[in-house]
Amino acid sequence: MTIDWHPTASVETLRERAQLLGEVRTFFAERGVLEVETPILGHGGSTDVHLDSLSCDALTPAGRERLWLQTSPEFHMKRLLAAGSGPIFQLARSFRDGEVGGRHNIEFTMLEWYRPGFNLEELIGETTALIRALLPHDPGPTRRRRYRELFEQHLSIDPFQAPLTTLRERAARHGGMAMDDSARDDCLDLLMSHVIEPQLGIDGLDVVIEYPASQAALARRHRDAQGEWVASRFEIYLRGTELANGYDELTDADEQAARFAADNAERERIGKPLVAYDKHLVAALCAGMPQGCGVALGVDRLIQLALDKHSVAEVMAFATPVC
Amino acid sequence: MANYSTNEFKAGLKVMLDGDPCNIVENEFVKPGKGQAFSRVKLRNLITGRVWERTFKSGESLEGADVMDLEMEYLYNDGEMWHFMKTDGSFEQYAVDKKALGDTEKWLKEQVAYTVTLWNDNAISVTPPNFIELEVVETDPGLKGDTAQGGSKPATLSSGAVVRVPLFINQGEVLKVDTRSGEYVSRA
Repeated sequence: MTIDWHPTASVETLRERAQLLGEVRTFFAERGVLEVETPILGHGGSTDVHLDSLSCDALTPAGRERLWLQTSPEFHMKRLLAAGSGPIFQLARSFRDGEVGGRHNIEFTMLEWYRPGFNLEELIGETTALIRALLPHDPGPTRRRRYRELFEQHLSIDPFQAPLTTLRERAARHGGMAMDDSARDDCLDLLMSHVIEPQLGIDGLDVVIEYPASQAALARRHRDAQGEWVASRFEIYLRGTELANGYDELTDADEQAARFAADNAERERIGKPLVAYDKHLVAALCAGMPQGCGVALGVDRLIQLALDKHSVAEVMAFATPVC
Repeated sequence: MANYSTNEFKAGLKVMLDGDPCNIVENEFVKPGKGQAFSRVKLRNLITGRVWERTFKSGESLEGADVMDLEMEYLYNDGEMWHFMKTDGSFEQYAVDKKALGDTEKWLKEQVAYTVTLWNDNAISVTPPNFIELEVVETDPGLKGDTAQGGSKPATLSSGAVVRVPLFINQGEVLKVDTRSGEYVSRA
């Protein structure tokens, strides 16, 4: 049997990739955003119930310790913000166990940046400007799409008010699977990914806003025009692909610690391994992190779309199956 | 049979779904922004040939199906069953019923090798070779001199299949036919 040792991206593509990464750095240099490098390994990992972290045992001055490969550079970057770094960005290698597919790779490059003092609208403006700067063609107009309106338009249901039985029934129909035990958010996620996402970013850049408060993760919450609690976050879609995920960042240490604990409680309930939460982050938030917004952007996906490739593997030197 | 978890799903894997053996055609890993991961899977039901689209939560698993594709030569039809013989030198024979044979019935020719799919050692489907050479047993007389493109007419082949052929083809000629599209390719 012959072993295929070749890269999954052509050398020509890797040249174009390097060019685009150079443009990212120029974009931020012109705006006075500092490039930083933070560790891939950390004492804390992501407790997010839907993210699986990798870890390794490292010999440190404290003895054998379990260190977590970061699922994003978020925690370390927030500690820099608390230390008074001002606006920062990073092109960070990030790791998510089990995620391999046309748009996923276990090890990938995340572009993450933080803007102290920015509100969500200002960060949406900057994020769409960066995406447009990297695309060879005009993707069409930028449109704000409220989560609620998307569900009303594509599924004729109100995601906040519809009874759980209705959500389960619709999710089961579109997914071709039993959803009888599924939670509200799981049904909404399925409908979002199966029905709505493929329709997003087709003739424009779609910015989805006002997610249910239950999907806030590390974002603040506010009330929408209907008085419903929603998450202060956005996602940007182009050609059915989620490119970026932005937050009006949570800066309350107690609330953060409570969400970590709730994540681990849910992990225990569904039989997933517990993850050591980042005590350093909670301590940094206690000391005080400036209010502001941050966003994570999947660089490999953006390069894939900019170069008109079919999968992220085609823009990575060696994708997971041959790494 | 072993169980396969969603992260092991890949094209060509044979699994059991709703009691029928299926072939995975495509597996797409889907993960909404902050939600749980899914596998969107296209499977071909090997009994009915129908393609199903199903979604599985990451980590769910399906039982493997004991399905094998074997090359076998067509021997004869006894009026009820069609008989095939393995080409591996074992002379082992399998009887195939009309349901499993399906559309392949019209492409049968003795001593030609077909792919017979076995599930728990029973034949469930028969796939003809992509190209097969068959004799024309009935067609309107050929038009002399008409070798140009354009016109076509129906011709019945020795296996029973009816294909569109150019006007210059005559009864008794042997033709090369594409069994996937059912189209005439050339004179053999």
